[in-house]
This record gives sequence, structure tokens and C-alpha cells, in this order.
Amino acid sequence: MALALQTFPTVKDANAALKAPGTRYLGGGTLVVRAANEGDVLVFGLVRSTDPALTAITVADRKVRVGASVTMAAIARHPELAILAKAARAVGGPAIRNMATVGGNLFAPAPYGDFAVALLALDAMVGTEDGELPIETFLAKRDGSRSIVTSVGFTLPKADGFRFLKVSRVKPKGVSVLSIAAVLEQAADGTVSSARIALGCMADRPMRAKATEKALEGKKLDQNGIAAALAAATEGIAPVTDPIASAWYRAEVLPVHLGRLLLA
Amino acid sequence: MAKIPVQFTLNGSEKAEFIDSGTTLLNALRDKIGDTSPKGGCHQGTCGACSVIIDGELRLSCLTLAETCNGAAITTTSGLAEGGVLHPLQRAFLDTFATQCGFCTPGMIMAAKVLLEHTPNPSRDEVVEALSGNICRCTGYEPIIQAVLAAARANSQNAA
Repeated sequence: MALALQTFPTVKDANAALKAPGTRYLGGGTLVVRAANEGDVLVFGLVRSTDPALTAITVADRKVRVGASVTMAAIARHPELAILAKAARAVGGPAIRNMATVGGNLFAPAPYGDFAVALLALDAMVGTEDGELPIETFLAKRDGSRSIVTSVGFTLPKADGFRFLKVSRVKPKGVSVLSIAAVLEQAADGTVSSARIALGCMADRPMRAKATEKALEGKKLDQNGIAAALAAATEGIAPVTDPIASAWYRAEVLPVHLGRLLLA
Repeated sequence: MAKIPVQFTLNGSEKAEFIDSGTTLLNALRDKIGDTSPKGGCHQGTCGACSVIIDGELRLSCLTLAETCNGAAITTTSGLAEGGVLHPLQRAFLDTFATQCGFCTPGMIMAAKVLLEHTPNPSRDEVVEALSGNICRCTGYEPIIQAVLAAARANSQNAA
């Protein structure tokens, strides 16, 4: 069946058109056109908006607002978002990064969605016409989302406070075995005062490693200090099994890579 | 369903066609316009065989809807040779035996072209990164990497 694409200058009009059954929002095309190419008969209408706000990036006083249609390539080359460049470059090859959008990544099922893992660690707020939702809440409800994501907002952490790791078997580009993002704040004595750690491929969507975060607080980032956090790393996870790796393998290697990230 | 008009520049020539809404750029190029240099490999954004350059950026034509390219400037590998003279990248792919079955070659050349436009003298790692979205199942990649490096050297010598 042919796909009917409707283009609207405003998000409001696009949201209204999105209410029709079988209609999906077209961002960069790397998810919905792919689904259509694979024969997903549930997709027969596409809606997009050319609202310029969707492609805007603003950074003011460490507060960042990224339009949902901003691509991974645009993030990777933005001078004020340098600490996110590694996470943006973790998505696909150069062509995919010129197409894949920040908004789309929020909907990417595991083993994809590495940038959303970074956004989860950053505790981003996801904006729609209905208001903003914390990313954790948004991800939990995303399957029923019918309102176009317009932006994500977050506060830039200190340059040395954000860490990101993607593990794949093929270098330099490969699908994730897992990905980990961490926002760590340390007191003057080196102990962790606050930790937000997000995991990719450890469920069908990015998830917080809350037991690990709790076990890290008050500890130093050395072998002894992170031991309890690593022991708690697999708590609550339900990794995916796919041609890249089994759930068992992902669970086995998670503490190894988390340890490397924390000790880096 | 009514056909819709699309109009863009392909390799410097104006093209206008009526297509079904939802037609991918890959299908429009191959089936409507007759440019078969972009290849349909996986149709999932994984293999890079359909890579084209749209307004200076490398994109996957299998995941791009043709109607979103209205007014765009599109470059494909079939537009690289001038007056029967191969583009330096095409010449280098031939000279270094970087082609076996040839299916991936147009996509590889598109990815390499964008790289050399931004980075005229790339390192080996930069070439590997630039080609990381393109899969070859024949050559083992090394001749392709050498071809891109050879084209960069040829460009430098011509510019000197």
C-alpha cells in the first residue's frame, strides 16, 4: 500500500492529522520508512511538520533546548554540545546521522536508541504541545504517545561529569551490545555526591540503573568504591536477545563495561 | 491515489516527475528517472548501497521519501564522470581493485566524495569512519580504503 505523506507548517496542524488511524510521524525516516519498507501494514499514513522550531538548538546558561528534528550530525558538530558528540556519533554511520533525529531516537527500540540513553542520564524533559514530561515517564508511556515530540531540554553537566560508552562488535560502527551513560557529581574529596546512570539494551527501552546509582553515592570511583555498584548493576534489568547478543551475554558483560566507564 | 509532482536537480539537471505519495527517493531515481546507480540493498538503512548526496549531505535514498526532496540538489555516482573522464574516486576504485561485484561501489563512492569535500587529506581512520555505514561483502574493505586514500593523493597532486 502506498504511504500518503502530509506536510504541515505547524506542529498543531500535524498533531491534528496524526489522530487518524494508521498514521505515524515522519522525522528522519530511519524508523518509520524502514518499517514501511519492511512491510509494516499498520503504517499507511505519514505526517510531518516543517516548523523551524523543530530544528533549532539553543544553549543559554547551560540550559539546552534541542528541537525534536535536530539530527545526530547536528548535535555532533555543535560546539556547545561537545560533551554529547560521542553519544550522537554512536548512532549509525554518517548517512544515518544526517537523517536520524533526537525525537526519533526516543522511540527507537533496543538495540537502537543510544542517544536516548544519554538523554535519560541527563534527566531530560521531553516537550510536546501538551507540556513537558520527565524523560523517564515519557519512555515508559511512549508506546501510547500520540502527540508530536517538539523538543528535549536538559542542563549541561560539567565536562568531566558526563560519561558515555557504547559497546558493539563491529568497529567503528555497529549495533549496540549495550550502552551506558552516566552523569556523576563528585564532592571535593572525590566521593560521588550524585549519580544518574542510564542503560541501553538492558530492557526494550533505555532504563535507569537506580540500584547502582544508590550504591555509588558516598563512594570513591576506585576498585573498592565501585564494587557494590557493580554487584547491583544487573538489578531490575531484562536485556533484549537479538542477533547481536543474547540477554545472558548482555547481563554478563554489563558489570565489566560499567566498571570500565566508572574507572575511566 | 492521485500522483504528486516532485522536482529536484539530479547531477545538475532539472528533473520533474509525478510519483505516488510515499515513494522512496531510491525507487523514484531508479524506476521513474532511470538512474540505477543507487542500489537497493537492505532497504533498512543498514548497508549504505543506496547512499546519495542531498544538498551536500550523505543520505540514504531508501529511507528518504522523494517528495521531501522537492527543490533539493541530488548527486549520485552516475553524475560524477565528466565528458567520459572518470571522477578521481572512480579512477582510484578501478586502479586499486576496490570493486569486485560492484554492488556497494556507488554508495562507497558517495560516502567517500562527501569525506573528501570536507577533509581533502583524510587519515586512514577518517576514511574508515566515513565508510562505516557502507557494507561490502566482497573485498574485505582494505582496497576500498586504499582507493579513497589514493583519490585524496591524486586530488592533492592535481591541486598542486
